[in-house]
Order: sequence, then structure tokens, then C-alpha cells
Amino acid sequence: MANRRNVLLTGLWGMVALPSQATEDPTGGDPLGSMQWPDLRKTYLGNAQARFTDKVLVRAPAFADDALNVPLQIDARALQAQGGGIARMIVIADRNPIREVLTFEPLRALPLLAFRIRLEQASPIRCLVQTHDGQWHAGGVMVQAAGGGCTVPGVTRADGSWSQTLNQVQARFFTNLADASRRLRLQVMHPMDTGLVAGIPAFYIEQLELRDAGDQPWWRLALHEPVSENPLITLEMPAQGPREFRLVGQDNNGNRIDAGVRA
Amino acid sequence: MKAWSILAIALACCTAAVAQGTRQAPDQTRLDYRLQPRQIAADTWVIEGAVADFLPANGCNIINTAFIATGDGVVVVNTGPSRLYGEQQRRAIAAVTPQPVRMVLNLNLHPDYFFGNQAWGGVATQALAGSIAGMRAEGGGYADNLYRLCGDWMKGTEPTPAREALEPKAFTLGTHRLELRRLQGHTQDDLVLLDATSGVLFAGGLVFAERVPTTPHAHFAQWLQSLATLEQWRQQGQFKLLVPSHGPVDRGLQGIAQTRDWLQWLTALLEGSAPQGVDLSELLHTPIPSRFASWAAQPAELQRSLVQWYPAYERRALTRPPQ
Repeated sequence: MANRRNVLLTGLWGMVALPSQATEDPTGGDPLGSMQWPDLRKTYLGNAQARFTDKVLVRAPAFADDALNVPLQIDARALQAQGGGIARMIVIADRNPIREVLTFEPLRALPLLAFRIRLEQASPIRCLVQTHDGQWHAGGVMVQAAGGGCTVPGVTRADGSWSQTLNQVQARFFTNLADASRRLRLQVMHPMDTGLVAGIPAFYIEQLELRDAGDQPWWRLALHEPVSENPLITLEMPAQGPREFRLVGQDNNGNRIDAGVRA
Repeated sequence: MKAWSILAIALACCTAAVAQGTRQAPDQTRLDYRLQPRQIAADTWVIEGAVADFLPANGCNIINTAFIATGDGVVVVNTGPSRLYGEQQRRAIAAVTPQPVRMVLNLNLHPDYFFGNQAWGGVATQALAGSIAGMRAEGGGYADNLYRLCGDWMKGTEPTPAREALEPKAFTLGTHRLELRRLQGHTQDDLVLLDATSGVLFAGGLVFAERVPTTPHAHFAQWLQSLATLEQWRQQGQFKLLVPSHGPVDRGLQGIAQTRDWLQWLTALLEGSAPQGVDLSELLHTPIPSRFASWAAQPAELQRSLVQWYPAYERRALTRPPQ
């Protein structure tokens, strides 16, 4: 009897003595309060920790009126002078059926990128930024939505017109909008099918890269299914630099994208 | 496309209902809109909605409905956002006049103009043919959104498009000379009702007073043209009182200039930003001029307009060669 009571007492003491267990935060300290964060961190950062910081900005509307085209801008310019500069920026929508949106390697461009995504339901949208010293920095916002954006076909898929424009590129440089840089806006025509609409397999652009005449890359993008149909992407390039580039890339069916881009 | 109907009414957000004179707040527990007809001219009453965005707290009642007791029956203008509204509207009208309702008009295809039709069985519900086609095509999408936004207020509501297509015409009912006219721009088919006897114009969605205009089916050039037409009618003395579908009725006449001012500012913003390379995500943070600051339904309504319309301007700016 005495022994048993001791065991029980010890057990109780054990619980009390582990305050970290009693108060453990199931969101892993996520300022957006998302239960998915610990799992996402493990998936994308492995054992590394991320520092939540307002130096990583995600700009989005508070409410996504068009769940097929939610406009986002990610901005890590405040980290440029830190840790050797920015290696990559990963964008994730916690509660999308496909969570990974894109990875941006700014290389010689500014760490500032605008694009649009599909949103299946209200979700935190976050940007994980790795500096060259290996450190991770995280920022994000909560976006409300009626949702459904990942599971309905886009306009050109619905009317069948996508095949006439597949992988066509329109691009144009603009000046003097941010930091005296040159803004490049480009649109690649592609249905960006998520694979979540019955009978329509996933079909999306995987890689985009801007190269100069010497074949040197200026920035690189790895896209995933949640990027909106006919991606319209806005980048900031240094004011000084070549005027002739090529946009190269491919989709997951091996179709190539190769177009001249001239300032 | 589903996104279209989502845009039409994908409303959420945070705008506090603007307190409005004598209007009583609806009773959310008893689902009572507390509709209070207010007489604005001889034989003419309005039932004013909140000057706000769709919210459960206002019962999603943001529309001004109206009725004219002509002496030979009642003409009802718009039926509100739900079956429940239609039923309560019907009782509110019966409490004011014993005359039978002869005609129920839906001034355009948007849900708060016709979702109360369900309560008006046995009476001819009428709209322009194009509006009826739109109600049929988009009614389901509207219902999805209003159920999501408004909750219990929508109980038992089935989208019920107007049953009879009408043509613009002038006619006399009781002691009132009435004219139905077709304009365009807020939607493809904007019905306006002019009561030449009382000098009241029911302007539908063409005129917003002290509230940011909604633009899901807008054609901006046509809308501005229609506003010019309304202003011309006003200067000719065809009406002296204007009932907007949204916004305080007492400010209806000023609504013509207000709506024009907003549409001109909005289209200039759209047209001016794209050639500079501004991205939609940046445009959403545009500060609005102070003269609009007190208007209801912000920032949600402007964001909806920008998200819907700016991408076409962006595409044009990309295809045009640089200057």
C-alpha cells in the first residue's frame, strides 16, 4: 500500500515538476497562433529555429475577396545587411491543401516580390527567410477568406483557352517605384492547375530564372501549385545593370519557357 | 465563374454600422429587422437599411426599400436580403395602408434587391429581363455568400428571381403618374422608377449616398453617363427627392455628385497606377482622399473594387510597349 501511494505521489510530483509540459504552447510560439506551425517548422527548417521578426513583411488584404487571386507582397529588405544577405525566401499558406507556395532566391535582385495565390480557406500566410549565415527569420499575416480557391478551375482552364497561350511571356521594366531600383513585372501564361479539381491533374510552372547575356542568373523562383493562374510577378532589380535578359524556366510537364526580356 | 459571384457580395469586414437617426437596431435574438416605414412624400414611404456593409449585427439589412400607396394599390420597390425581410416588409406595409399590393419591383439583379421575393407569392414580382437572367444565373452564389455572412437572418431563404420581365413604360396607377426607365452602368440593367406626381425618383444602385459604391457588375463609363442623365432630369425638375438604394435617403440628391466623384477618383486611380507598374498588393494600401473618409463600408468596398478591376489594367500596361 505504502509503496503504491508513493508511486502515485511521485507521479503527481512528476507532473507538477515539469512546468514546461504543463504550459507547453501547441503553436510553438507562433505569433499567428497557428497549430500547424510546429509541423511546418520541422518540414521546412528541420531542427533550426526561426526568429519571428517584423523585418520580414507579408502584405496581404485582410480579407481575400477573390480566393483565386489573393495579392501578396513579401519584403525582407530590412534584413539585407544582416547575416551576409538573403539566400532564400519561402512562402507558405498554413491551411492550404498544398502549403508551399514558392521559394524565391533574390540573388542580385532586391528581396521584394509581389505575386498572387489561391487560398482554400482563411489561413496564416508566412514568409521564411534564410540569410547566408544560415539563420531563419519569419514573418506573416492572417488572411480571412471565403475560400475555395484551390479546388475550382481557373478561367482559362474552364473555357479551354489556356492551350493557345501556354508559356507566353509578357514583361516590362518600370522605374522609380522603390529604392531607386528598376521594377520588372512579368506575366507567364499558364493554367497553374492545382490537381485538386476532379479530372484535371496538377500542371504548374516549377522554375523561373532571369539570366543575362553571359548566362548569369539574376534571380530564381521555384513555384508550386498555389500560385495563381497566369502568374503575374513583380520584382525589383538594381538600377544599374544590363538591359537584355532571358527568362527561362519550365513547368512540371517539361514545357520550356524561354523569352527575351528587354529594359 | 464562381469568383464573380463571390466578388458580388463577398463581404466581410470590419466597418461599424453607422448610426442612423431614428432607425432602431435589429433584434438579433428574435430575428426582427424592426422595419419602420418613414413617410417622405405624399403616399410614399421608405424603409431605410443600415449605411454599412453586410453584417450579422445589422441583419444584413443595408438596403433602402420603399412603397407608394397610389390609391389604387401599392407599388413596392425592392424586397430586401432575405425571406424574413420580405415577410416583415409585407407586414410593415400592411400596417401602413390597407391597399392591396399591385406590383413588386426589383431595381437590379443584386441579392438585397430581390431575396425577399419569396415572401411575395401571389403578387407579380417584376424586373428588367436582363436582371432576371442575372438573378437566375447568380442567385445560388449570392445565397452561399449571404448565408455565410449573415447567419440565421437567412433561414429558409431561397433565391427567388422576379417572375415577370418588364419593359420601360409610363403608366398611371391610382393618383400617381409613374415611369419605369432603364439606365445602365451599376449593372447592365438598372431600373429606375420616377413618380412624376410626387417628384420622387427611386434611383436603385446608380446612386450611393455617403457609402462607397459597390462595383461587381459595373461599367464605369456607362455609369457616369447615367449619372449625367440623372443630373439632367434633376435640373429639368423631373424629381425633387431621390431615394438611393444605399445611404441615407435625406442625402439622396447629393448622392449623384458623390457617386460621380467616387467613380471618377476610382477609375483615375486604376488608369494611373498600372502604367507606373504599381502592383495590386500595393494599390490596396492607397490612402483615400479625406472627402470620402466618413463614408460607410471601408476599406472593404474599395478593396473589392480594386481586386476585381485592377488586374485588367495591369495586363494592358504589360502588353503596351514602354514609352
